[in-house]
Amino acid sequence: MSVVFQKTKGLTDKQTHYCPGCTHGIIHRLVAEVLEELDVLGETIGVAPVGCSVLAYEYFNCDMQEASHGRAPAVATGIKRVHPDKVVFTYQGDGDLASIGTAEIVHVAHRGEKITTIFVNNAIYGMTGGQMAPTTLIGQKATTAPLGRTVEHSGMPLQVSEMLSTIHGAAFVERVSVDSPANIRKAKKAIKEAFECQLAGKGFSIVEVLSTCPTNWGLTPIDALKWLQDNLIPYYPVGNFRRPEEVK
Amino acid sequence: MAAKGKVTFNEDICKGCGLCTTACPVKIVTLDTKKINVKGYHPATVIEVEKCIGCANCAMICPDSVITVERF
Repeated sequence: MSVVFQKTKGLTDKQTHYCPGCTHGIIHRLVAEVLEELDVLGETIGVAPVGCSVLAYEYFNCDMQEASHGRAPAVATGIKRVHPDKVVFTYQGDGDLASIGTAEIVHVAHRGEKITTIFVNNAIYGMTGGQMAPTTLIGQKATTAPLGRTVEHSGMPLQVSEMLSTIHGAAFVERVSVDSPANIRKAKKAIKEAFECQLAGKGFSIVEVLSTCPTNWGLTPIDALKWLQDNLIPYYPVGNFRRPEEVK
Repeated sequence: MAAKGKVTFNEDICKGCGLCTTACPVKIVTLDTKKINVKGYHPATVIEVEKCIGCANCAMICPDSVITVERF
């Protein structure tokens, strides 16, 4: 008998504060598994964001640094430049990365900093109670858009991966989803490739992960996965946007 | 002969979200509504464990790393 799946050493034994069914837990585990498989847990410095995953430093079994809202890429830049031999990643949500931290993420990509960003997109502000994010879909209800988001008032939802894929310094850009075991396996593959891209010194790498927020979407965890498949994936198509061989 | 597996649940850290029940191809993972764990949730469990094929789909989708999967 052989063990085919057990909890990764890349996560601490601390139980997460995430709501039941929140896919943050899956994404944490994928990042931790990849760091363990690449055998770089002892050489990794992660940067935690502000948002639901603000306590990520409690859960990853590597060195972690907290950053102020949206500024994780700037903090990671400093860490990577001082410690170029370390693996540096940021873990950010859509309120953090796509709103207050837009300048930081665009310029970290523009400069081609050799860090990896895990961007968790669940189309809403989770920690603060379900406000509209730049990524909230048209018609989707939020506490600050009780009748649903409209184009006239708030514009179209921001497609971060498409935007970053136009930037020369972004070596690896891929969007994945964690709505099914098959897609979770694909997500892990993309996260591994992103970290390998950093280890090879190719430039900035980012994986956008489509995620759920059962609590603020007002759905059960199982219905939330269905909602993700029916609504998020059509607007935010999964797939690779940029790979190192395309970067000249 | 079909592959055989065994799943074990760390019941006390389960949040009863039920995502694992959607991932099982042989439909043996369910929430144990007769039990309440220390967190106050109905923990996930498995009925008819002999049907388990050890695919690890349930563990793959579990957000809280509750499940260990063995294959033999």
